[in-house]
Amino acid sequence: MNIWLVMLIGGLLTFGMRFSLIYLFGRFEVPETMRKALHYVPPAVLSAIIFPELLYSSGNFDLGLGNTRMLAGVVAVLVAWYTKNTLLTILAGMAALVILQLI
Amino acid sequence: MSESRKAFLNGVRAEIPLLIGVFPFGMIYGALALNAGLSTLASQLMSSIVFAGSAQFVTAQLVHDSAPGFVIILTITVVNLRHMLYSASLAPYLKNLSLKWKALLSYLLTDEAYAPSILNYEKEGITPVGHWFLLGAGFSLWFIWQISTALGIFLGAAIPKEWPLDFALPLTFIAMVVPILKNRPMVAAAVSAGVVALLAYGLPYKLGIIFAALTGIIVGTVLENAKSPRKAL
Repeated sequence: MNIWLVMLIGGLLTFGMRFSLIYLFGRFEVPETMRKALHYVPPAVLSAIIFPELLYSSGNFDLGLGNTRMLAGVVAVLVAWYTKNTLLTILAGMAALVILQLI
Repeated sequence: MSESRKAFLNGVRAEIPLLIGVFPFGMIYGALALNAGLSTLASQLMSSIVFAGSAQFVTAQLVHDSAPGFVIILTITVVNLRHMLYSASLAPYLKNLSLKWKALLSYLLTDEAYAPSILNYEKEGITPVGHWFLLGAGFSLWFIWQISTALGIFLGAAIPKEWPLDFALPLTFIAMVVPILKNRPMVAAAVSAGVVALLAYGLPYKLGIIFAALTGIIVGTVLENAKSPRKAL
């Protein structure tokens, strides 16, 4: 599918969700279960992307110490945990990858 | 100064601390979208067509992985579902506005515009100029998001192709996820989604991401309900 069409549909759906309950005020409430479930969207979606990026980085499943992206990812997780700083996490992860690839 | 103008400027002022955090994020998005294979124009216009930070990062990643269009659209939808909560939460305060105002404010309704605006509404209640505050917060964020995207695209084009810049995307996601892993259901949601994504890696059309995300959402919700069953009622 054309990227412009994807962006247009994605944008319309995003607008639709933002507009939905402002428009439907009084006619529809968000069910409690859905309200709860939405809290888990960010960790679920993002982890679903992160894990394969780190462990299938060569195209094959690789848990070995030769997998530099996995090791650099672990460094990033630690930095994110202790600093909670986006920029620092990205810089540490990139630096770790570059250094590990040199070794 | 008119009341509406005052409210607008108050919205802008309340948004400033958030803008400082958003600016580098927009630059990172611009640089990475370009690196992921999106054209300059598509990278820039996604910031106004979709106008949702994390969905834009995820789209860039999926374009880089050559995922098909319907999987990208499904993923954008799941990532942006939370906006329905903001919509529900602001709805009572916006109920008297015209459809045009409702549509405009909906378009500008991001995480960062919602946060100061709901606080303002809870403090002030419904006033004749309350929506101008939301407009000020939402518009200033929109403006900074476009500028920072452009700057990121400009600087990103100067980064040598040999640099493993594509790795910055998963790193950005790590920086987003790790700080929110504050309790057991959150951790379980993240880990179960990650494991299912690995197991389902071979599925066509990158569908593994959708299955993995749904698994994580269900695991987190079920665990939260198991922990506090009374709250569910």
